[in-house]
Amino acid sequence: MHGTKILDEADRLMTVCNSCRYCEGLCAVFPAMEMRRAFSDGDLNYLANLCHSCGACYVDCQFSPPHEFNVNVPQTLAVARAESYAAYAWPQALSGAFTRNGLVISVTAALSMAAFIFGFAALNDRSVLFGVHTGPGAFYKLMPHNAMAALFSAAFLYAILALVMSVRAFWRDIGAPIGGRADGGSIFQAIRDAGELRYLHGGGVGCYNEDDKPTDRRKLFHHLTFYGFLLCFAATSVATLYHYLLGREAPYPWWDLPVVLGTLGGFGLIVGPIGLLVAKSRRAPELLDENRYGMDVGFIAMLFLTGFTGMLLLLLRETAGMGPLLALHLGAVFALFITMPYGKFVHGIYRFAALVRYAQERRSEAGS
Amino acid sequence: MGTKYDVLVIGGGNAALCAAISARRGGASVLVLEGAPKFYRGGNTRHTRNMRCAHDAATEILTGPYTEEEFWEDLLRVTGGQTDEVLARHMIRESKDILNWIVEQGVRWQPSLGGTLSLGRTNSFFLGGGRAMLNALYRTAERLGVDVAYDAEVIDLVIEDGMFLAACLKRPINGETEIRATSLVAAAGGFEANIEWLKQYWGEAADNFLIRGTPYNRGSILKMLLDKGVQEVGDPTQCHAVAIDARAPKFDGGIITRHDSVVFGIVVNKHSHRFYDEGEDIWPKRYAIWGRLVAAQPDQIAYIIFDSTVVTSFMPTLFPPIAGQTIAELAGKLGLDPAVLEKTIAEFNAAVRPGTFDHTILDDCVTEDITPPKTHWARRIETPPYLAYPVRPGITFTYLGTRVNKEARMQMADGKPSANMFAAGEIMAGNVLGKGYAAGMGMTIGSVFGRIAGREAAKHARN
Ligand SMILES: Cc1cc2nc3c(=O)[nH]c(=O)nc-3n(C[C@H](O)[C@H](O)[C@H](O)COP(=O)(O)OP(=O)(O)OC[C@H]3O[C@@H](n4cnc5c(N)ncnc54)[C@H](O)[C@@H]3O)c2cc1C
Ligand code: SF4
Ligand code: SF4
Repeated sequence: MHGTKILDEADRLMTVCNSCRYCEGLCAVFPAMEMRRAFSDGDLNYLANLCHSCGACYVDCQFSPPHEFNVNVPQTLAVARAESYAAYAWPQALSGAFTRNGLVISVTAALSMAAFIFGFAALNDRSVLFGVHTGPGAFYKLMPHNAMAALFSAAFLYAILALVMSVRAFWRDIGAPIGGRADGGSIFQAIRDAGELRYLHGGGVGCYNEDDKPTDRRKLFHHLTFYGFLLCFAATSVATLYHYLLGREAPYPWWDLPVVLGTLGGFGLIVGPIGLLVAKSRRAPELLDENRYGMDVGFIAMLFLTGFTGMLLLLLRETAGMGPLLALHLGAVFALFITMPYGKFVHGIYRFAALVRYAQERRSEAGS
Repeated sequence: MGTKYDVLVIGGGNAALCAAISARRGGASVLVLEGAPKFYRGGNTRHTRNMRCAHDAATEILTGPYTEEEFWEDLLRVTGGQTDEVLARHMIRESKDILNWIVEQGVRWQPSLGGTLSLGRTNSFFLGGGRAMLNALYRTAERLGVDVAYDAEVIDLVIEDGMFLAACLKRPINGETEIRATSLVAAAGGFEANIEWLKQYWGEAADNFLIRGTPYNRGSILKMLLDKGVQEVGDPTQCHAVAIDARAPKFDGGIITRHDSVVFGIVVNKHSHRFYDEGEDIWPKRYAIWGRLVAAQPDQIAYIIFDSTVVTSFMPTLFPPIAGQTIAELAGKLGLDPAVLEKTIAEFNAAVRPGTFDHTILDDCVTEDITPPKTHWARRIETPPYLAYPVRPGITFTYLGTRVNKEARMQMADGKPSANMFAAGEIMAGNVLGKGYAAGMGMTIGSVFGRIAGREAAKHARN
C-alpha cells in the first residue's frame, strides 16, 4: 500500500487513532491527523515529523501492547521519521549514510581531526603545533585565517545546500501546495512552538521516560543543547564580524562577546548532551527506535565533543596544549558541519517545517 | 502486608481509586486489590473519555452552565423515572464539587477543542482519555501511601451478619491469601464480561454479544455480596449496550468499534428487513438504543447500509465499510439474500420524500407509507458503491447491583445498613440508573460514590 512497511504500520495506527481521538489534546500530531481521513506517504511523513516523541500517547493509550490492537504511536512515528530523513536526503546517493550513521559520524570525525592535526603539522613545523602562542592572531599561527574561513565556509555552504534541497523535497511531499511558500504568521508560530518545544510536554506534565511518571528532564537538556548550539553559532558569527569589520583577531579576552557567548554555549553543549544521553539510555525501549540508536547517540556525541573541545581550548589556550586542542576542536566542528545533512541534526529542520505546515493548516481551518 | 488495613478497596478503576485516595486522605491505611495485571488495571475506566458533572457557569473546559435541575431532568428522561431520587439528586449535587476534586487528584481536563462530540457543555473530557486519568489517580494514590496489588483477584469474602471481616485472594500476595480490614469498599465493576451470567437473562443470544470493555469485570464480587445478604438493586437485563462493529474483538475493543452512521442510511437484519425507525432520535440517545435493538434480532446481527455520498459525514471508522458496486454484490458479500435486499432498498427509496437534510437537528427528511418509517434524515440510497457495516450488540456495563444509601453504605436484604461495607461505581450503578444512559454518567457515579465510600469507610475504621 505504502512505500515501506513502517508507513503501512503508521497508516494502520492513524486509522485506529482517528476513530478514537482520545489523544487529541496531547500534541499537534492528533489534530493534524483529524484533518485527514486517508493518509498518503507525505501525510505520514508529516505526522511523523510533527511528533516530538514525548511518549504520552503510549502511556495513555488503552490499546498499547499487550492489547491486541498493538498501538505504539511514538515508536512507529520514530522509525517512520528516521526513514523519512533518508527518503528526502540530497543527494539521494548519500541517503544510506543515515542507516550507518554512527559509523559515518565517527569515521568522519576521526578523519577530520586527524586531517587538521596533520595539516597543522604539515603546513608548519611540529614546533608550531606544540608551541605556546598567545595574543591576537595566535590561532592563525597554526592555520591562516583565510584557509580556515575557506574550509569552513565550503563545508557550511555544502551543508546548507544539502539541507535546503532535502527540506524542499519534504515540503513538497507533505502536502504543502507545490512551490507554495510559508506565510510569515505561520513561520512565526512555528518558531515559537519550536523555541519552547511546545509539544515535548506530554500534554502539560512532561515527557515519559523510564516509567509512567512524567518529567521535564528531556525538555531541559534539549533546551540546553539547542540554545548552547545557537550561542556557539552566535559566538562564531560575532567573531567573524569582529575579524572582517573591526579587524580584531581571535583569541579574544574572556570578557569579550564572542568568548562570553561561546562559554555559555559551550556549557550548554556539555551539560545538555550528557543529560540527553543519560535520558536516552534510561528511556523505556518500547518508546525508542532502537535501530537508529547509533544515529542519535552519534549526533549527541558530536555536539558534546564540539562543546567540550571548545571549552578545553578556552581553558588551555595559553599553554602548549593549544595547538592540538585547536586541531581537535576544528576537526569536530568540521565533522559536525559535513555530517549535518545526513544525521540526527535534520530532525530539527524537518520538525520545524512540519510545525510551519501545521500552523498553516490551523490558520486556514480557523479562517474557513 | 500481614498487617490489618483500615480500608480494603476491591477493584482498580475510577471508583476504586477515588475511594482509596479519599480514604487515605481521611487518615486510613489503604490497600487496593486489582484483579487484573498492571497493564489492564482500571477495568472499563481505561476506555472512558469524559464525565458528566453539574456546574453553574461556563469554564475553560465547559462551554456553558449545566444546572443540577437540568442534570436531574436528563437523568429522569433517560431512565424513564427508574431511579432513586434521593440518591440521584445527592449524586448530582456532589458532582459539582467533583469537577475540582478530581483535578486536585492530578487529573487534567482537556480545554474544549471544538471536537467531535456535541457534549462540550455537559461533559468534561479527560486530557489524554481515561487511561491518562487513571494513571494520574494511581500516581496520586501511591504518592499518598496507598498500597496497590495487581493480579490480586478476590475469590471469596468473609462476611458475618452484614459485617466484612476478610477477603480471600486467588494467589498469595507477600505470602498472604487472606486480607483482613476494618472496612470494605467494593468497587469491582459489573458482570458484563461474564457471558454465562448474562445468559441467565438473555439466553443463548448472549453468546453473540461483544463486550466493549475489560474481560476482568465478571461480577464475582457482586455475586458474593448478593449471596451473603446484601440487598440487590436494579433489573439484571438492563445495561448500557450500543451497536458496534461485528468484526470487533470479543472483549476490550473499546470506543473505536462504535458506529454512528445509522442516520445516513438504513439498518437491516439478516433477512434483509428493516426493523426500526433509523431516524427516531438524535445522538447520543440514538447511539444508546441500537445495542438492544440488534440484540432482539435473529442471530443478534444487523447491517447499516448507506451509499458513497455520505462516507465522509461521520467519524472515520476502525474497520472499513464493506463495499459493492451493486446492491446484489453488496448483499453477496454480507451473506444476505440479494433479491430481498434489493427489494428492501427499492421500497425504502420509493418512500423517501424530499426535504432538507440536517443531521444535527430532527430534520424534515421523512418516508411515507412504509413500516417501519424513517422519521428524519431519510434520503435515497442510490449512488454506488454501496457500503455496509455489520453490527452486533456491544455491552458497555450492567446495572444490577448492591443497594446503597447516601453514605455509599451497602444495605442488607433485611433493610439494615451494613456495619462496614461500602460500594461505588458500576457495582452500584443500578441505584441511580434503572435503565437508559446519558453519556458520562458512569464516571460520575464512580467518582462521586467512590469519594464518599472512601471517606465513610475511613471514618468507620478510625472510630
Ligand atoms: C468503551 C467504553 C467507553 C466508555 N466511555 C465512558 C465515558 O466516556 N464516560 C463515562 O462516564 N463512562 C464511560 N464508560 C463506562 C465506564 O467505563 C464505567 O461506568 C466506569 O469505568 C465504571 O468504573 P468502576 O470503577 O466502577 O469499574 P471499572 O473501571 O470497570 O473497574 C472495575 C475493576 O474491578 C476489578 N475487578 C473485577 N473483579 C475483581 C475481583 N474479583 N477482584 C479484584 N478486582 C476485580 C477489575 O479488574 C477492574 O479494575 C465507558 C465504558 C466502555 C466499555
Ligand atoms: S494513541 Fe491510543 S488512545 Fe491515543 S488516539 Fe491513538 S488509539 Fe486513541
Ligand atoms: S509521542 Fe508525544 S508528540 Fe508524539 S504523537 Fe505521541 S503525544 Fe504526540
